[in-house]
Amino acid sequence: MTDPAADPVLQAFEARLAKGEKAEPKDRLPERYRRQLVRMMSQHAHSEIVGMLPEANWITRAPSLRRKIGLLAKVQDEAGHGLYLYSAAETLGVPRDELIDQLLTGKAKYSNIFNYPTLTWADIGMIGWLVDGAAIINQSMLAKCSYGPYVRAMIRICKEESFHMRQGYEMVTALARGTPAQQAMAQEALNRWWPPTLMMFGPPEEQSTNSEELVRWKVKLKSNDELRQTFVDQTVVQAQVLGLRIPDPDLRYDEDTKHWTIGPIDWQEFFAVIGGNGPCNRDRLRARREAHEDGAWVRAAAAAHAAKNPQVNA
Amino acid sequence: MSGAAASGEGPVWEVFVQEKAGDPHKHAGSVHAHDAEMALQHARDVYARRGQVASMWVVPHAAISASMPADNASFFDPADDKIYRLPAHYLSPASDRRR
Ligand SMILES: [Fe+2]
Ligand SMILES: [Fe+2]
Repeated sequence: MTDPAADPVLQAFEARLAKGEKAEPKDRLPERYRRQLVRMMSQHAHSEIVGMLPEANWITRAPSLRRKIGLLAKVQDEAGHGLYLYSAAETLGVPRDELIDQLLTGKAKYSNIFNYPTLTWADIGMIGWLVDGAAIINQSMLAKCSYGPYVRAMIRICKEESFHMRQGYEMVTALARGTPAQQAMAQEALNRWWPPTLMMFGPPEEQSTNSEELVRWKVKLKSNDELRQTFVDQTVVQAQVLGLRIPDPDLRYDEDTKHWTIGPIDWQEFFAVIGGNGPCNRDRLRARREAHEDGAWVRAAAAAHAAKNPQVNA
Repeated sequence: MSGAAASGEGPVWEVFVQEKAGDPHKHAGSVHAHDAEMALQHARDVYARRGQVASMWVVPHAAISASMPADNASFFDPADDKIYRLPAHYLSPASDRRR
């Protein structure tokens, strides 16, 4: 890392952060900070967009109208979250086209969790309960980070996420209190989603390359392990209420720390999925590309209409 | 506000939302659109999915001129030393004792 003393922009920037001030788009920002934020915020945006796919898969098969309208609204929110975040990322001077292109060409990453399949209806409940539950913990931290537009997008998103988690937990509750077959379906889905959900917070910091800078610049205010612990403590109790078993033979309550401790996480699987070898990586990208191509005529028609009516054009 | 240029989805429009009549319009984010009508529709879909909106403005990003934070010291300085614009600068009988 550059020595702040040798770089007046960096020095002024870090002094402002030290005072608790937020950074805004027109400020003179260190180039590294700008790049790190574009990377994080665009990955976050892509995750919201790709995250619609595993759930959209079940909209037509939702078991009741109540479930269907809830799920539709949730998936539409995720599209909105993606758009809030692209909008916030664009404040750093990167055109949205470029970001979307990075997703469609496979250059950009998105959250690993969306490379897992939704095999049964219970998986949709698990996504709302576990995946949105984990997302809330991460996003509540980001809502206090140092970049103003990211903060504002996160506050907007967090308000909507609690509905996502509640509708998921309600679905899981219905199954857990249902027939033995429904209970088994819920337990099997929990068994499949628990390990990758724990990985959503990322590997412990010593294995993570970007962390030091992100902590220093107040983008990350908590460590991955701290966030994961918050999630485990909250979720174990919620599982107990429903009579579901967390699939971890090493799980135990530590009386000294007052936290639940978990067994080892398979980080090899995590890196394999990041590397493109998860169960659904190819499907997800193909679906995104098809959707983008299918929408091409709409963009072309809108541009043609605007060209014919220049008085209302920007 | 966005600094990005036009894209295949049209130029950037900044979105301002008023939550209820009487409130100020506050910046919410931005959308891409080819014209104002489409910008308003996108803005509604993205920034007003749940009640609590009385009015919405969309403004072409290019139409906004902004002060530069680097100039803040000199640009906003004229307000800094005018304590006579503040109520506490003026005395009332009760404050005589403190003088
Ligand atoms: Fe979301
Ligand atoms: Fe969500």
